[in-house]
Amino acid sequence: MRQRAVAVIECPQEIPCNPCETACPRGAIRVGEPITNCPELDATLCSGCGLCLTACPGLAIFLVARNPGGEAEVTFPYEFLPLPELGAEVEAVNRKGQRVGTGRVVAVRQPKGADGTWLITLAVPDDLAADVRGMRRINRE
Amino acid sequence: MARAEVTDVAVVGGGPAGLAAALAARQAGCGVVLVDENRTLGGQLRKQIHKFFGSRVHRAGIRGIRIAKELEDACLEAGVKIWTETVAYGIFGSTLGLMRGRNSLTLTAKAIILATGASENALAFPGCTLPGVMGAGAAQTFINLHRVLPGRRILTVGAGNVGLIVSYQLLQAGAEVVALVEAAPRIGGYAVHAAKLERSGVPIWTSHSVLEARGDGELSEVTVVAVDNHFQNIPGTERTLEVDTICLAVGLTPLTELAWQAGCQFAYSGPLGGHVPLHSADMETTVPGLFVAGDISGVEEASTALEEGSLAGMSAALFVGVGDRKLEAKRVESRERLAQLRSGPFGTVLQQAQDSIVREWARCGRER
Repeated sequence: MRQRAVAVIECPQEIPCNPCETACPRGAIRVGEPITNCPELDATLCSGCGLCLTACPGLAIFLVARNPGGEAEVTFPYEFLPLPELGAEVEAVNRKGQRVGTGRVVAVRQPKGADGTWLITLAVPDDLAADVRGMRRINRE
Repeated sequence: MARAEVTDVAVVGGGPAGLAAALAARQAGCGVVLVDENRTLGGQLRKQIHKFFGSRVHRAGIRGIRIAKELEDACLEAGVKIWTETVAYGIFGSTLGLMRGRNSLTLTAKAIILATGASENALAFPGCTLPGVMGAGAAQTFINLHRVLPGRRILTVGAGNVGLIVSYQLLQAGAEVVALVEAAPRIGGYAVHAAKLERSGVPIWTSHSVLEARGDGELSEVTVVAVDNHFQNIPGTERTLEVDTICLAVGLTPLTELAWQAGCQFAYSGPLGGHVPLHSADMETTVPGLFVAGDISGVEEASTALEEGSLAGMSAALFVGVGDRKLEAKRVESRERLAQLRSGPFGTVLQQAQDSIVREWARCGRER
């Protein structure tokens, strides 16, 4: 059975930035002072709403819903056109942009206040859930 | 007959620092005139379609272009006089020489804030004058202001935040970024910006430099080469890429002509981008009543420019004799926020560089 989606924050450097902290309606993300602290997530408070994904200027937050032995779901911010169609099979890529498998687009959405940043959710085999962080851009022509 | 205008505070430059400065001085109760040579305000903010870093007070998570509009609206509402398409060509004591079209005019102010920004550095290599080789800022102007692709296949030089962000925006505009080369052994910009590019399939080659660009009348290919720790080319590592555009993102230099002309004392600072006018922690130069803010006082982030602008605006108001203890207290808060922006591994070197400029300023004051 698929577990609930939880934010995964990949923000490794102490940079002066904290919109993720203020974006979270449940106080699950803490940066505190100084503002250069790396964010810390209290996963027990995370509802998987995705507001922090579009608030993060570094596009460094993802949602992952694990499903051992089955299909996991990975959600990532996406700022390219055209958008993928719901249900389409796309190339799922890792952090280096390399294709690691095929993902099925199960959601294309824009949370309130996202201002142009879309959230794409791909269904991928669970063993790829820790690797998949995006999709290959769709050619415009 | 040239017009002669008078105001309390004159601000030169309508980017993030200038807009924030004008707003702060106006809110403190000064009459303020803001001049900018461009047709529209916002400076580099207008090209910054990405969401900003920083804290809520620095409008983090908001796209730069929206910050420009927000600040401009706030300035207009507050009653700042805005003169666009007006070039400040000279400073003569407390008077600015201005050109608007073919008309000359002067603006005399009790305090002047220079927020003139910075210009892009060039890089010399064989073929660097070929059409198609341009600054990353120029490429960004093409795509985000004029909505024209400068090319289809692009090499970016420099992995600071400018190089990383402009490369990402070129992808968004529909170009292919073939690679990004960086002579240093490490990516200089934020890891999250680099990660966005890498996820999008753009290779980042550190310890690599441009050897030569070639083309018949326009750029068609470039050879890059690996370099060692002394930035010497490593023979045998050359590779040639088919590109029609090279974007140079190799740093910025403060635009300081007016500060030189005004007789400001300067110091050279590598981390701050070159010669910068000495200034106090409250942004006053060694010329009383003359203030600086933003990249002219040292090249940093836009969030820093916004904060320095507010600080300079408040300082100018206090200099003019408007403002009270409350404004003094707000200035202290502003300085604290600046210190926060300059904390952490990226900020510390900037904080140290700025501290050194402030110490030099104090030393010059004692000599005066």
